[in-house]
Amino acid sequence: MSIFAYAPAPESRAVVDIASSYGLFIDGEFRPAAEDKVFPTHSPATEEQLSEVAHAGAADVDAAVRAARAAFGPWSALPGSERATYLFRIARILQERSRELAVLESLDNGKPIRESRDVDLPLAAAHFFYYAGWADKLAHAGFGPDPRPLGVAGQVIPWNFPLLMLAWKVAPALATGNTVVLKPAETTPLSALFFADVCRQAQLPPGVVNILTGDGSTGAELVAHPGIDKVAFTGSTEVGRSIARTVAGTRKRLTLELGGKAANIVFDDAPIDQAVEGIVNGIFFNQGHVCCAGSRLLVQESVREELLEALKRRMETLRVGDPLDKNTDIGAINSAEQLARIQELAAAGEAEGAERWSPAGCELPGQGYWFAPTLFTGVAQSHRIAREEIFGPVLSVLTFRTPEEAVAKANNTAYGLSAGIWTEKGSRILWMADKLRAGVVWANTFNKFDPSSPFGGYKESGFGREGGRHGLEAYLDV
Amino acid sequence: MPPTAPPAALADVTASDAALRRYLHGLPGVDAVGLDARAAVLGTRSIKTTAKAEAIDLAISMIDLTTLEGADTPGKVRSLCAKGVRPDPGDPGVPHVAAICVYPDMAAIAKDALAGSPVRVASVATAFPAGRAARPVKLADTRDAVAAGADEVDMVIDRGAFLSGRYLQVFEEIAAVREAAGPAHLKVILENGELSTYDNIRRASWLAMLAGADFIKTSTGKVSVNATLPNTLLMLEAVRDFRAATGRQVGVKPAGGIRTTKDAIKYLVLVNETAGADWLSPDWFRLGASSLLNDLLMQRQKLATGRYSGPDYVTVD
Repeated sequence: MSIFAYAPAPESRAVVDIASSYGLFIDGEFRPAAEDKVFPTHSPATEEQLSEVAHAGAADVDAAVRAARAAFGPWSALPGSERATYLFRIARILQERSRELAVLESLDNGKPIRESRDVDLPLAAAHFFYYAGWADKLAHAGFGPDPRPLGVAGQVIPWNFPLLMLAWKVAPALATGNTVVLKPAETTPLSALFFADVCRQAQLPPGVVNILTGDGSTGAELVAHPGIDKVAFTGSTEVGRSIARTVAGTRKRLTLELGGKAANIVFDDAPIDQAVEGIVNGIFFNQGHVCCAGSRLLVQESVREELLEALKRRMETLRVGDPLDKNTDIGAINSAEQLARIQELAAAGEAEGAERWSPAGCELPGQGYWFAPTLFTGVAQSHRIAREEIFGPVLSVLTFRTPEEAVAKANNTAYGLSAGIWTEKGSRILWMADKLRAGVVWANTFNKFDPSSPFGGYKESGFGREGGRHGLEAYLDV
Repeated sequence: MPPTAPPAALADVTASDAALRRYLHGLPGVDAVGLDARAAVLGTRSIKTTAKAEAIDLAISMIDLTTLEGADTPGKVRSLCAKGVRPDPGDPGVPHVAAICVYPDMAAIAKDALAGSPVRVASVATAFPAGRAARPVKLADTRDAVAAGADEVDMVIDRGAFLSGRYLQVFEEIAAVREAAGPAHLKVILENGELSTYDNIRRASWLAMLAGADFIKTSTGKVSVNATLPNTLLMLEAVRDFRAATGRQVGVKPAGGIRTTKDAIKYLVLVNETAGADWLSPDWFRLGASSLLNDLLMQRQKLATGRYSGPDYVTVD
């Protein structure tokens, strides 16, 4: 019925060549798991199997840690300027192969190609460029005249931004002279394996970066291994807790980047049209699979009706579907397990009395894992959907009357990763930012990332900072 | 004939200079970074195959094919009119443009050349492009254009008065031109490049709509910043919100600097995803352009034949 319906505009799958199976990347080479175990990885949009990857066990973790340990001496002894050349090379290769990697990421993760192309890949390359610049300037970073690396870093990353989270972890570790054993998430192993190939292409010395695919048990083996000096984890608060227990009492350093339940706070003097965009970007970017997602909308009561009307109108234009279509705004939910969790929490929202709304014309594909963009109104602070991290395209709308109430409600959560403030009044932005217990506070924007800006949480959102000068500290013996 | 008085719902906001100022300054602010970012994302929409073919024809039918030069002659205007009626002599399937846009002294020539065709005559007026003339001169300019046969009048607002905060003066002038234009459609040119801030553009949009504009238009094409995706997006938000507030629909015309098919399609995407499908017709959206038409024709030929023909296969005007 529309006068101007967009024809399908799929990005070509042919730009990426996925092998039928992949081994573990240890000491510069791909090899099968010691126990020969494998597991499949699927496209969440179609449930089609993309490849089969090795499942690393205890022996493989040991081999990878040994390789990283052997590589640590020579790597950390290199002048910073030489380590930088490898990082610059990696950054440039990521840029050169960005189209291939973007398609791969969208296939394996389900995120729209527009986001992997315009966000994930440019930011991943930017992180390597940024930390390449630090490698020969560590003496001027404020951590003493000659800060030393920690040794071998065990890194466990999530499935929501597979390659970008890898970049956040690997770039600062290598710039500071550490070596790495990295475990990508079970449902999204492919871009890390392609990154292994990027390392080879950049002629990175063997053992500096090792990639172990596997499930939670592989990650548990890695963080428990006595040969590592540092654990960096991004993922759920529940797993973060168990990792903290594992490393307690050891010499290992730990940084955790965990869940969130961010408040996006809209005042009555906000730039309404841009606030609507910020709300949409805050919760529907990457299907809401974002730890810092603005999953709680706190709107001042005097503009509630106006804002909700504008928000609903905007949500009706969201295009849900094929992640490889360049016009898709919302892709597939990453896994059946995650979809079940989102469905369970949405059902709880209805059962607790909140009112559920999704755009009427939103048709979901028959195959794969999908969830329509969803809005809950009439949400109370005590509802589960206002307290628990949903990690999906579900927005809970609450209201407030005064700035004090906004702060109290925003801070009334176990998490503290991010927050957003929408107002044209600069002094109020500063007043609020000062009182919000959140690692990142965005003013009149949301979900903006830059390698030079530190990122991390308060409370159950974890500790340690990634990005910026602060991100160096997590990998230095200071 | 459209109303010359503001819609009943907003009648009191133009009762005094102070009331009008309070109203315009009470409109939601515009965050420039956010507006630019939204326009940039919409600019990445990929319009291919059948959608592209539809968009090209729609864009051609929305063009106000324009010549606004000191060197304009009757011959040049007649030739442009012939092109507007039948843009591609080799393909009668190509739609005609919406209007031919000329200076007032050429309106009669255009009217004559377009006689019997559905293409309308648009004339700029009110001491275009600067608008620096006394009000009686502007009104005479407008009456002249209409008497010469203009179906549409493109007026400029007094940017000096607007920037110094004399909103009621701008309002009254638009309303006066509205009246002088009689049956003609009134397009109000805001000259966004001189208004400079997005907040100003939103206020000027509402001011023009309150005063009875049928269309709001970005620019004259005579200053360095003309139509941009963000300023057009902002004006589309304004007409959308104005209709919601008053029930009256107002059109939008970006003008100046739109030269390629790719650009034109980006503007259609803005309309589609901001104001919505109700605005996707020449009655409610126009593209003020001259060289754009040939690029659309070349892209149209390429879609039809698979080959890119080149500039010698479309007429210069």
